[in-house]
Order: sequence, then C-alpha cells, then structure tokens
Amino acid sequence: MAAEVIPANVRESPGRRLPVEGIQAWLFVLPALLIIGIFKILPAIAAFYMSLFKWDVVQGAFRGLGNYTDWLYDNSLRSPDFWRSLSTTFTYVIFTVPLEMAIALVIAYLLFQKMRGRGIYRTLYYLPYVTSLVAAAAVFVWVFHPQYGLINDVIGLIGMGPQSWLDEPRGLFELIASSFGVTLPAWLAGPSLALVVLSLVTIWHYMGYQIVIFLAGLSNISSEYYEAARLDGASERQIFTRITLPLLSPTTFFVFTVASIGVLRSFDSVYVLTNGGPLDTTRTVTMLVFKTAFQQAQFGLGAALAFILTLVILLFTLVQFRVLGRRVNYG
Amino acid sequence: MKHLFLILAAVVVAYPFFFMVTSAFKDLLEATHTPPTLLPTKLHPENFVDAWNRAPWGRYFVNTILVSVVVTVLELATACLAAYAFARMRFPGKGILFTLFLATLMIPGEATLVPNYVLMSPSKAACLGLPCLGWFDTYQVQIVPFIASAFSIFLMRQFFLAIPNELSDAARIDGAGHLRFLWSIVLPLSVPALITAGLITFLGSWNAFQWPLIVTSKPDFRPVQVGLSAFRQEAGSSYHLLMAASTFVVAPIVLLFLVAQRYLVQGIARTGIRG
Repeated sequence: MAAEVIPANVRESPGRRLPVEGIQAWLFVLPALLIIGIFKILPAIAAFYMSLFKWDVVQGAFRGLGNYTDWLYDNSLRSPDFWRSLSTTFTYVIFTVPLEMAIALVIAYLLFQKMRGRGIYRTLYYLPYVTSLVAAAAVFVWVFHPQYGLINDVIGLIGMGPQSWLDEPRGLFELIASSFGVTLPAWLAGPSLALVVLSLVTIWHYMGYQIVIFLAGLSNISSEYYEAARLDGASERQIFTRITLPLLSPTTFFVFTVASIGVLRSFDSVYVLTNGGPLDTTRTVTMLVFKTAFQQAQFGLGAALAFILTLVILLFTLVQFRVLGRRVNYG
Repeated sequence: MKHLFLILAAVVVAYPFFFMVTSAFKDLLEATHTPPTLLPTKLHPENFVDAWNRAPWGRYFVNTILVSVVVTVLELATACLAAYAFARMRFPGKGILFTLFLATLMIPGEATLVPNYVLMSPSKAACLGLPCLGWFDTYQVQIVPFIASAFSIFLMRQFFLAIPNELSDAARIDGAGHLRFLWSIVLPLSVPALITAGLITFLGSWNAFQWPLIVTSKPDFRPVQVGLSAFRQEAGSSYHLLMAASTFVVAPIVLLFLVAQRYLVQGIARTGIRG
C-alpha cells in the first residue's frame, strides 16, 4: 500500500500523537467499558461470590462450596434434579445438533450449486431464525396438539395412532417399541416425546443460520480443487466426500460448537413450549436455574447451578478456540 | 430430485407461517377444525381488531419499539467510539483492554443473570455494599445493560481497520481531530457495517424474552414478546385471536428482514455470531 512510505509514527492518526491522544482514546472506550464492566464483568464475578452463600433474596450465611456439593451429591432433593437436568440438556443437544447440521449441510450444498431460485430458498430457510420463539411456540403447540394438531392427521395417513407430543412424558424408543408390543427397560426409554418435539422446533428455528454459515464455508473452498477432481474423473459423490467434507471441516466444527452452545443455553424454547414439563422431562439446566432462582428465590443455589453450566459452555468455547486456532490457515 | 428436496424442506419451514396467517383469518370454529382447512372459507380480518383490543398491544409495541431503537442507537454509538480507538488510535493499556473485551464474549448470559437481577432490585437491598439500582419495571432496565456489546465493537473495528490510511493522513493535514474524522469520514464509509451491526442488535432486542420476563411485571413496561406470552394464557381457547396476535408480533421483524436481509446474512456469514 502507498501508505507504507509515511513514517509509522505519523501514519497512525490525524491529530499528532500527543499524550492527549491516550486520554482521548480512553474517553472513546470508556462508555463501552463502563457498561460491559458493570453489567457483564462484575456480575460474572458476583455470580461466583453469590454461589458461595446461602442467599434467598437476601444474603445469608457463607456456605463455601456447599451450594455446589448440594447440586452434585450432597442434597437428596437437589442432586437428582441436577443430574437429571444435565442429562436432559445433553440429550437435547444430541437429538438436535447432528440432525440439524446434516440437513443444513445438504441444503447448503444443494444451494451452492447455483440453483435456480437460490435467493428465495435462502430467504425462506432463514425466516424462522428472525422469528421470535414465543410466536413460533404459539403455532407449534397447536400443530402438535394432541386432539386438534395437524401432525396427528399426517401420521394418521401412514397408519400411526395419535400421539400426545408436547404432553407426552414417555420416551421415544419406549413408544416405538410398545407399538410393536415390546416393553423396553427404563434406561432405554430415550428422550420424552416432548423433548423430541422441542428438538424439532429448535432445528426449524436455527437451521437457516447454519445454512448461511455453511454457504460461506463452501464459497471459501477454491474451485481449483473441484476442477482438478473433475479432470481426474471423480464422481459427484467422491467430490463431496473427498474434497468438500474435508475442506469444510473447520466450518463444520465451528457450526457444531456454536449450535451445541446455543442448545446448552436455550431457555426461550423450553419456557414457551413445555415450561420444563411434562413430568419434568424437558427441564434443562437453564430451566432449573430459572426455577431455582426466580421461582423459589434461591439465588445462591441458582448462581451455583448457573456457574456449573457456564463451565460446561466455557469448555466448548475453549475447545473451539483451540481447534479453530490451529486450523485457521486450512481454508 | 435436488429441487424436490429443497421444496420439501421449504414447505416444512414455511408451513408454520402459512398456518399462522391463515388461521388468523378464520373464525374460531374453522381455526380449530380438524383436519385444518387449507385456506379460510371466509376471511375474518376483524380477528386482528379483536385480538388487538384484548390486551394492551399498543403499549407493548410502544415499549418494544422504544427499547429496541434506543438500544440500537446507543449501542452503535458506544461501539463506534470504542472500535475507532482500538482500530486507529494508540493508547496505554490498549492490548489488555482489547483482550478483556474479547474475553467477555465467552461469558454466557446465564452466568450473569442472577447478579444482574439482584442489581436491579429495589434500592433498599444492598449490592456490594452500595444501594441496588431499583430498576424493576422501567425502560432503563431493558436498555442500559445492552447499550454496549463486545461483538459490535469487533465488527466495527474490523471495518475501521480497512479504511485507507491516506484518508486519515489527509484529514490530519486538514487539521481534523479524531472525533471529526470519525464523524465525517469514517462513519459515512462504514454504513454497510453499521446496518449489519444495527440489525443484529435490533433483532436481539425485539425478540428479547427472558430478561424482560423477569424484570418487568406490569404491562406498562413489558415488551411485545412477554405480552404475547401472557396473551397465550389469556386468549385461552380463542385460538384464531392468538394467531392474529402472533402475526402482528412477527410481521414487523419479518418485513424488516425481507428489506435488509442482504446486510444481516452477509454480517452473519462473515462473523458467525448468533444474533
């Protein structure tokens, strides 16, 4: 760039670099620093502080790590709730993220081939992402309604009996097995049908976002690879599995961590669709935090639980930073 | 074959919207008919008036628009100032401060929810030895915590870094200070980035749910999303009215998206952040 000929100390800025510039720069940063400091950094520290106390609305006795041990093993009422909610949360992730990514990847791959109407498809798929989950839930509760829902009509066409969907606490595999007259042991019951519906709505809501990221990733792969492969006579299928998938892997990994974190953090979808029910089968960790802190007014316990969740989320984020940091030159 | 798959997916994605809008125009009997009719046999636009009159929607919309617009404008202002300092100024502590901001992106909202709630409690309670803010049921509780975001700062900074140095040299020779250079040269050049950052902020603010749910209890300050959630209980079995209400809550943001999707989609593809 031509700017290189101007000495670095002059080039930096208009208004010569006087000590004044340092003060001015700090004044520029100050509003953002105050807001982020007061409402993000301090509360993050305060959350840990609160989690060390018995704190029901007002601060009580110091408990050390008591709130944490209550959740993990010490309290016969709390710890079963915790482990169950953790398992529900991870089940929610497992039944959402891989399917969501597979569909998004296939759609993105198809759209990438300069399809006709590509723009319209992309707009349409993206629409749920800007729609609030509160409004979406009002619709989905009806679509999955045990008596009036359209879904029961649709599965009736292929000879299946009506289901209770969002009101169904029984497990997915349990229901499938029982329709063949088989009784499964409890540990094989699978996620409640309500949680499966929650996953489907989540996929509907976030899929467009993932398509956009996958499309960006696909456009970063140099077309030379494809041309070379075609010259060598590779089939479409080989091109997809040997070129697209490996070269897309940083994007895929990014989508995976972001989507997993999104589900780990999700509150709105659970609150508006099931409120944690039926029979607590969709009570995720975020839902348990909400109920503990804001319905039972147990701030200390709630903060401790939120902190545990934060650690899980941080783990995903750090792994993402590490892996992507290493592979950043890849694409 | 490819189109078949895409069309099938499009139908599944679009059906809830179609169902919402068509049900909003049906009468109660038809809206709850099973199996549902595809299109209303007779249009009932009065559903929208009925739904609108059943809850303080005018108030909810004023609240949401006010909060979203103020948050977006102020957030862009703090982001531009900070981003400019990080991109084009030298100052002691710059590196540490930038890392600190970067680190806050890793703090999920759940971690700060409980302390922030306590911070907003009535001022009789103590927050770190000082009186709490006492902001329950106000506008500022929905605005102030959100008028700075590390994400927007990074987005704007990336953009500001790309502005050619010749421009700042010329501005310096003309005797313009930083603020003037930012205002009259940098910002006009950064309109696409401003629109992207603004849209992402606006969208997040318009759809905000959990925070306003816990810090507001009166309709006077509640936003449309919390209002719609309350209306779901209130409307009970008046399903056609619930669909009408959902339609007018979703419509503004969908229209905004259709007009400005280019900026939103580009921004998200570039940064990969969830809005």
